[in-house]
Amino acid sequence: MKLRRSRRPIIPIVTGIPLSIIAIFVIASRWIVPNATRQDIMTGVTSPGTTGHLFGTDQLGRDITQLAIAGAGSAVVGPIVIALGSMMIGILLGTFAGYMGGWLDLLLSKYADLLLALPTTLVALVVTGLVDGGYWVTVLVLIMLFSPTDIRMVRGSVIAQSGRPYIESAKVLGLGRTRIMFRHILPNVLPVAFSTMLLNVAFALVSMSALSFLGLGVGPGVPDWGRQLSDSRDLLDRNWGSLVLPAMLIIITAAAINLLGDWLQERFEERSVSR
Amino acid sequence: MDTAHSYRRLTQLLSRGSLTRFVIVRLAATGLLLLVLSFVVFALLHLTPGDPARNLVGVRNVTPELLQSIRDKYHLNDPFMSQYLHWLGNVLHGDFGESIRNNTTVTTLLSDRVTLTLQLASLSFVLTVLVAVPLGIAAAWRSGSVLDRSVSAASIVGIGAPTYAVGLLLLYVFGLWLDIFPVYGSGDGGLDRWWHLVLPAITLASGLAAMVFKLTRTAVIAELNQDYVAFAQSRGLSHRQIRSLVLRNAMIPVATSLGLVFAFLFGGTILVEVTFALQGIGSLLAGSVTFKDLPVVQAITLLTATVIALTALTVDILYYLVDPRVRKRGPR
Repeated sequence: MKLRRSRRPIIPIVTGIPLSIIAIFVIASRWIVPNATRQDIMTGVTSPGTTGHLFGTDQLGRDITQLAIAGAGSAVVGPIVIALGSMMIGILLGTFAGYMGGWLDLLLSKYADLLLALPTTLVALVVTGLVDGGYWVTVLVLIMLFSPTDIRMVRGSVIAQSGRPYIESAKVLGLGRTRIMFRHILPNVLPVAFSTMLLNVAFALVSMSALSFLGLGVGPGVPDWGRQLSDSRDLLDRNWGSLVLPAMLIIITAAAINLLGDWLQERFEERSVSR
Repeated sequence: MDTAHSYRRLTQLLSRGSLTRFVIVRLAATGLLLLVLSFVVFALLHLTPGDPARNLVGVRNVTPELLQSIRDKYHLNDPFMSQYLHWLGNVLHGDFGESIRNNTTVTTLLSDRVTLTLQLASLSFVLTVLVAVPLGIAAAWRSGSVLDRSVSAASIVGIGAPTYAVGLLLLYVFGLWLDIFPVYGSGDGGLDRWWHLVLPAITLASGLAAMVFKLTRTAVIAELNQDYVAFAQSRGLSHRQIRSLVLRNAMIPVATSLGLVFAFLFGGTILVEVTFALQGIGSLLAGSVTFKDLPVVQAITLLTATVIALTALTVDILYYLVDPRVRKRGPR
C-alpha cells in the first residue's frame, strides 16, 4: 500500500530553518563576530565548555564558534557563484546544442566526455594546486568542471521540449530560431535548471571545502570550515569541538540544500509530466 | 583463400551489430580519449607557472649544469610536440621519470603505494554493494513505506555528505572515544592492515552506498512499472516468480553503474587517505600537488584516467553482451 504524500510542505520548513541561520551568518558575520580571527596564544587550545568558549579554542586561541560563524561566508559564497556560473554556461551552450544540433552539439558532448573521464576531486586538486590558485581560481576551475553536466541537462530538456506541439506551432507561425529558443523553450527549462542549480550549490560546497581541507582554496588565516576541519586533526584529543562544529555545519548545510533541491526537482518533474 | 575471402570476413566482422565491430569502435574511442588526456597531462608541465626545468629541479641547489642536464634529460629545448612524443614513448614503456620529492623513480614510488589503495577501494566497493543493493530492492518493493522514505532521505544526505567530515567524525567516535578501531596509519600488513582499513572503507562507502541505493531503487521501480509485470500478476504467477523476473532485468542497469562507481572510488580515496593518514596513491597525489612533484602528479592522473576508461570500456562490452537491445542501436 502506498502512503499518500503529505500535503503540508515539510521539507521546505525543515530545511529553511538551518539555511536561514546560515544565510544570516553569511550576511552579518562581520557584525556578529567582528573579532573572529583574533588570536590569543596565551589561551591556546581549550576544550568545549570553557567559559566564553562554547566549542573551545584552537592552537592559536581562536574561538571555534566565532571562527565557524565567520567561515560561513567562504563556505557558501563560492559555491553559489559556481552553481550560477556553471548553469549560465549550461543554459547558453545547452540550448544551442539541443536546438541546433550539428557540430556544436558533437563538440560539446566530446568535451563533456573528456571531463567526465576523470574524478572532479582529482582534476580540481591538480589544477588549483599546480597554478597556486586562490579562492577565485578554485571557483573558476569548479565552474569548468560543473558545466558539462549542466550543458547535458539543459540539452536534454531542450530536446524534450522541441518535439512538443507548441514549438511546432511557433515554427508554423514563422518565428525566428533565437526567439523560439529563448522566449518559448527556455522558460520551460528554467524550473528544472533552478533545482539542479540548488543541488550544484551543495556539491560545490562539499568540493570547495574538500579542497581547503587539502590545504588549497583559501589563504592561511582566512576563516573557513574545511580549513578548520583540517586543523582539528591535530587537536582531536584536546578539543573535540574543533572537529564537531565545522563538520556538522558542512554536513547540515549540504544536506539541507540537497533535500530542498531534491524536493523542488520532484515538484517540477511532476508538474511537467501532468501538463 | 585469397583477398576476396579475407575481405568478406573483414566486412562481416565489421558489419553493424557484430560484437567485433562494437569492440573495435569502443577500443578506438577509448584509445583516442586517453591520447588526448595524455597530451593534457603532459601539458601540465608547461602550464605550471615558472620555468619547467626549475620546477623539475625541486629543492636541489640550482646550478646551470644541473638545469642543463635536466633540460637534456627531458628534451626541454626540443619543440613542444617532440618533447611530448619523447615523454609518451617513455610512459608507454612504464617510465614516468623520477620523483622530485623522493629520490626514486615514479614507478617504484607508485608500486609501493598502489596495494593499499586497491585494498581500500575493493573493501569499500564490497561494503557498498552488500548494503546498498538489497536496501534499494527492498525500498523499491515497498515504495512509499516508512523504510523507503527514511532510507531515501538518508541517501540524499549521504550523497551530499563530505567524506572527510564523515571520516573525521567516525575517527573521533570509534577511534578516540570508544577506542575500537586504530586511529591513524595502515597497520603492519596481513589482517592488521584490513583492520586499519575498516573505518576508511566505511567512510568511503557511505557516499557511494547512497548513490548505488538510489540507482537500484530507480531501476527496480522502473522495472515494476513495466507491462509484463502486470500481465504476470494477472496470469497468477507467484510473488517469487515475478520477483526473480523483475530482479534479473533490473540488475542490468545496476551492474552498469557499479562499474562506474568502482572507477569513481579512486577520486574518493584521495580525501579518505588524507583523512586517515594512509600511505596510498591518493595521499601521494595530494602531497605531490602541494610539493609540485610533477612527474608523480602526471603519472597518477594518467593512470587513474586509464583505469576509469578501461572500466567503462569493460562495462560497455559486458552491457552489450547482456542486453540484446543495445546491439540494434550500435555503439554509442
